Amino acid sequence: MSVLPALDVGLALLVVGVAAWTIAARNLFASVVGYVAYGLLLALVWVRLYAPDVALTEAAVGGGVTGVLLVTAGKRLDALASAEVGVPPGRALKILAGALAALVAGALAWVVLTLPSPAPSLAPAAAEAAAGPGAGLGNPITAVLISYRSFDTMLEKVVLILAVLGVWSVGADAAWGAAPAPLRKVRPDGAMILLAQFLAPVGLLIGVHIFWVGADAPGGAFQGGALLAAMGMVAMMARLAEPPRIDSRKLRLALVAGPAVFLIVGVAGLALADNLFAYPQNFAKPLILFIEAFMVLSIAVALPMLVCGPPNGSPK
Amino acid sequence: MTPPILAGLVGAALVGFGLYGLICDPHPLRKLLAFNLVGSGVFLVFGIVARRGAAAGFAFDPVPQAMVITGIVVAFAASALAVALILRLAAASGKVTLDPRAWTKRDDGGAR
Repeated sequence: MSVLPALDVGLALLVVGVAAWTIAARNLFASVVGYVAYGLLLALVWVRLYAPDVALTEAAVGGGVTGVLLVTAGKRLDALASAEVGVPPGRALKILAGALAALVAGALAWVVLTLPSPAPSLAPAAAEAAAGPGAGLGNPITAVLISYRSFDTMLEKVVLILAVLGVWSVGADAAWGAAPAPLRKVRPDGAMILLAQFLAPVGLLIGVHIFWVGADAPGGAFQGGALLAAMGMVAMMARLAEPPRIDSRKLRLALVAGPAVFLIVGVAGLALADNLFAYPQNFAKPLILFIEAFMVLSIAVALPMLVCGPPNGSPK
Repeated sequence: MTPPILAGLVGAALVGFGLYGLICDPHPLRKLLAFNLVGSGVFLVFGIVARRGAAAGFAFDPVPQAMVITGIVVAFAASALAVALILRLAAASGKVTLDPRAWTKRDDGGAR
């Protein structure tokens, strides 16, 4: 057995093992730590599937930011002092659920083993988008996201804003307009502050770089924005920054900037390029980078606000 | 066994583990975590569809990959909303559970 297949099998066993651990772990914290490790391992699997863009997103959003979200949620739940958790189901239900899970997994595995050959593909259409109206974007994923399926990507940003609105509206009526609770209650120790002071500027640079090279190399608005968001959260965890008040005009403008600019440019395409969400031939690449810059801003603001949760405290 | 098939089987196993955790774990946050396992398993199966669709000079089909990227971000947004609802429910009911039987007070005198 050569090295790469052995690595693949080892990686597959690790991912499945860590996934089983997150389900079987005794307490929530252990389970969440398992989930973060699982996200990083899964990113390696994505690299092996020739999907570095997905790997970056999975590592940043699927593992990292979701991990912070769940750890923060677990701590807030503990602070509520409502330790009473429902009882686990009885043995019969467990066996039934296990059988159902095995059945679904087995059916999926059967589908995977019997996928049609040759496989259907939209790659030629995407190649056309990357070379044509996308005007020389080297990264086909970015071409698909911003050109070929631009409407989806715009609506996905709207989903992010809707989720932020949903999270905010869950807060108490009296707290509307106030800032969310800080990401951690107690003052952090020196090590955390030092880490944030060193890591945040470096991460900021890497985030902007990943966005900038995304036109031609793996990376892009999602991955860069998620990294900027993570750096914001590191600063908040070290209490070097506090979550902003949700009635702040700057915050709200930053949230809607991405989809708003995308929509305006898309509608302008009707007049300039004869189609909704089409870009003028010779001006497409700068325009796409322009849209992406505002999307990075919106993602970098929306993700930390989603983790921070509903407003808390007294409005002024 | 080729890497895509192996990854697809891993995806199928992840869906299975996630489904079991979703049904059997009584803690709402761990149900959410299990649901995210199901999601990433589905993404992985979709990922091998992308890998198998290699054509036009690419080693993969970029369209499903782009959709998975969108999907990961939307899954996170939905998880954040779920966390907010779970925390609010726990604050309002004083209990960390999704079981409606636990919320009804025992001494409400049959007033319903």
